[in-house]
Amino acid sequence: MNEERIKGLKNNEIDNVATIFGQVVVSSEVDVMDSKGNTIVVKVLDEVPYGHKIALKEIKIGEQITKYGEEIGVATKEIKVGEHVHIHNIDSIRGRGDWAKEGGKN
Amino acid sequence: MKFCGYIRKDGSVGTRNYVAVIPAVVCANEVVENIVYSTKMTEGILHHQGCCQTPPDLKRVTDSLIKIGENPNVGAALIVSLGCEGVDTDRLEKEIRATGKPVERVNIQEIGGTSKAIQKGIDLAQKLALEISGQQREEVDLSKLTMGIKCGASDTTSGIASNPVIGYVADKIVEAGGTVIFGETTEFIGAEHILQRRAKTPEVAADIKRIVDDIENRAKAIGVDMRKGQPTPGNIEGGLSTIEEKSLGAIVKSGTKTIEGVLEYTEKPCGKGLWIKNTPGREIEVLTAMAIGGAQVMLFSTGRGAPQGFPVVPIIKICGNPITYDRMCNDMDINAGKIVVGEKSIEEVGEETLAKLLRVASGEVAKGEAIKYTKSMDIYTLGPVI
Repeated sequence: MNEERIKGLKNNEIDNVATIFGQVVVSSEVDVMDSKGNTIVVKVLDEVPYGHKIALKEIKIGEQITKYGEEIGVATKEIKVGEHVHIHNIDSIRGRGDWAKEGGKN
Repeated sequence: MKFCGYIRKDGSVGTRNYVAVIPAVVCANEVVENIVYSTKMTEGILHHQGCCQTPPDLKRVTDSLIKIGENPNVGAALIVSLGCEGVDTDRLEKEIRATGKPVERVNIQEIGGTSKAIQKGIDLAQKLALEISGQQREEVDLSKLTMGIKCGASDTTSGIASNPVIGYVADKIVEAGGTVIFGETTEFIGAEHILQRRAKTPEVAADIKRIVDDIENRAKAIGVDMRKGQPTPGNIEGGLSTIEEKSLGAIVKSGTKTIEGVLEYTEKPCGKGLWIKNTPGREIEVLTAMAIGGAQVMLFSTGRGAPQGFPVVPIIKICGNPITYDRMCNDMDINAGKIVVGEKSIEEVGEETLAKLLRVASGEVAKGEAIKYTKSMDIYTLGPVI
């Protein structure tokens, strides 16, 4: 019971993701601190490596991912609260020469 | 705030006092390495350029080598030429000498080969080292300092801990009347709007937009997905998902001050304050750009652990990841991981870093210097090798 609890950080109040400082196993609860110092407890749905992100809100396909109060990409899948957010479910929208080649999105 | 440095004839102040042994072309690298191995107070400016390049790049290489020779940390220079290189070696010698520094030159083809060039080079380097070795450090104001900043092998702790620490120090240097240069244009992508808001004039804001558009358009022009190169595989393993996320974390190290202007790769700032230098993201070309800009010291932030060091400019490593700091403590000077675990604030580690910076500028050895990891140098060229 004396084990140190895993901490997370929400950089900006409008962020929909938080960075987790610890190795998280499925169903772990982590203490996520926001920019004002308030802490909320989030149940994590996946194994999440040190320094990776989890979702703090339900995120729909195509919806913006926000960190530091800024857009860091868009969701390519539905993302649940507590789910690992990384390259498997979000995409960069910048530097996408591949999109230009396909004649499209960017 | 003050530090103790070597006052040069042109009024600049060195934090180190080296004989720079400069190959005019890649073919002279091994002669330079032998000279440096055998002579105290020397550093080799090893690079891979100088021949079979287009004229704009040959000029760029010549200008870069001149400005590294002009760097205040260089007390004297020995130029090693093969003899048939494409760079303008006469101009290289003449312009470094114009700063008032002693300069010598050895030509490998003329002297009769590598072994003779090495022997002559050792004699000349020894003479130059003796000539500058008597110079003493004197106390000068921090406004005489130009600091280069860089991040490398980043993970998500970089944007949260180590880059904010550099940002804190950058603000203090600017407030003290000093100069700060930052670059890595690739890592402005997705964060350029924030930098543009800090631009001194609308023209500077337009310049920031232009350099970011240029680098993004290079990816588009060849139809590639930049994600294979940025973020890097290591960044991704460390939790960075997109270039936008990496950029937003990277620009934090520039602090909060007004951006005075955008410099091209071989340019020096023409005034004090905070400057952007248009560079790629890779370490060796960026560290070189900072030395070209006149940086006498650099702060380097990392999360996963970047060991690179530059030949004539000390680099202070600030590590944001507490696990990496423990694992690589012989490379890392400052543990900003204490911010991540809640033991210290950004301000506390910032003050610790500023104090370290003043000591290193005054002669204290940074860890990378102690282990002689000091060869991370090359010049960023744009055209093909032909």
